[in-house]
Amino acid sequence: MDVLRVQNIEATYQAENGEITALDNISFVVEKGEFVSIVGPSGCGKSTLLSIIAGLLKPTAGEVFVNGEKIVGTSPHIGYMLQRDNLLDWRTIYRNVLFGLEVRKMLSPENRERAVQLLKTYGLYEFRDKYPAQLSGGMRQRVALIRTLAINPDILLLDEAFSALDYQTRLTVTDDVYRILKKEKVTTVMVTHDIPESISMGDKIMVLSARPGRVREILEVDFEDENRTPLSCRNNPKFRVYFDHIWKELSADE
Amino acid sequence: MNKPILSQERTKYLKKKKRRQQMIRFCQIAVLVIFIAQWEITARLGWIDSFILSQPSRIWQTFLNMAQNDLFMHMGVTVYETLVGFLLGAVFGTLLAIALWWSSFASKVSEPYLVVLNSLPKIALGPVIIVIVGAGTRAIIFMALAISLIVTVLEMLNGFRHTDNEYIRMAATFGANKGQIFTKVVFPYNISTLFNSLKINIGLSLVGVIAGEFLVSKAGLGYLIVYGGQVFKLDLVMASVIILSVVAAVMYEAVALLEKLVLNWYGH
Repeated sequence: MDVLRVQNIEATYQAENGEITALDNISFVVEKGEFVSIVGPSGCGKSTLLSIIAGLLKPTAGEVFVNGEKIVGTSPHIGYMLQRDNLLDWRTIYRNVLFGLEVRKMLSPENRERAVQLLKTYGLYEFRDKYPAQLSGGMRQRVALIRTLAINPDILLLDEAFSALDYQTRLTVTDDVYRILKKEKVTTVMVTHDIPESISMGDKIMVLSARPGRVREILEVDFEDENRTPLSCRNNPKFRVYFDHIWKELSADE
Repeated sequence: MNKPILSQERTKYLKKKKRRQQMIRFCQIAVLVIFIAQWEITARLGWIDSFILSQPSRIWQTFLNMAQNDLFMHMGVTVYETLVGFLLGAVFGTLLAIALWWSSFASKVSEPYLVVLNSLPKIALGPVIIVIVGAGTRAIIFMALAISLIVTVLEMLNGFRHTDNEYIRMAATFGANKGQIFTKVVFPYNISTLFNSLKINIGLSLVGVIAGEFLVSKAGLGYLIVYGGQVFKLDLVMASVIILSVVAAVMYEAVALLEKLVLNWYGH
């Protein structure tokens, strides 16, 4: 069954100097446990699309369904991770992780226990009383991920969630996050402008065109590798093939 | 515990640093001592007129004399008026800033008024305040409030507006409503802004109180200064000014200490 169904989404902005169409007739479905990468040139409305799925923005036309239910406003079924970790400096790691539960008024003992379990599983439990400034960039991003997973979302949206990190950290964090997501069996939609990143993580890649964003192609990725990780994918011979293909798709705009 | 062995360069560096610190402190004290000494000496030698410019030993005498009489009453009055004006200014200023943050429409509407009120010397409102609330403690507290309120509003509002937008977006992704965004993100983010404005305000409230006491009061340090001036007791004026500066410094330090405690507790 499809967890996420996006149907004929259209988005127009009213700007000072006229109307801008950001997204035009976007439709796709995401199956349970799938990882979908959305890749496109900057300004193609990728982030707008995620904001619409997250219920932060109302589309001009079209609908989004999660588990068959139409999305109106933000939903507890959807977790959204932004580019920056946005950990609150004045809260300890543990209290940062509880932030989402607190806001959603879901601070039950079970949920707290779940948050503690996540911290333990991903090696952050001993840092629970530290403050964000005391952690490295990679660890902070992991904390942000746990904060999002603590609300137990059915779908996770990643909005260029790694682009604020330096390259080296980025590769390890990507690997880290990928493993966490596969282990927790989280359905994920990731937006990026980084083609290698989209290939190394995605089961499916949706290529968007430049403004207005339209679906150019939805590509199935298969590395014929049961235990694929983002790093192993980068070494797979098929990686280049996918890369060239997407590169051509994206360049066709110019 | 074993002391780590420091390299020679390190020891030298630390020593030099310490020496510099000591030198600064020494010079600070020396400036004060030399200033007081030359004031006293020139007055005794008759080079300056101690009737007009007073003289440290006479100020000290006046101070001892005041301490046995009603000095603490006057100090108490001034401190009380300042604290009440300060607290009212902080509370109402912050509440107004919250309201204006909440409604950007109201904030746009009030913008020109805030700008004008901010640049207006509030002391000019003195006569109006006296006519409305009567010549007394209330007028003085109002004066302190008038001076500190607008500054607090502007300072806090500016802080609220400059809250990192990404934090707010993050809270919004969890479905936070405006109230939650304010209490969980915007306000804690601005704790330092709040204390900066409190530090400015404690001084401003004191300005308001002294101005108010100049105009209407029968007690307080401002009253002593005006009274001393009118009867040409310059020793009393000088002693009161010195006490006032000590009171101002102590109140400022109290706010700074409170800031330290709150920030510690808040995990900054």
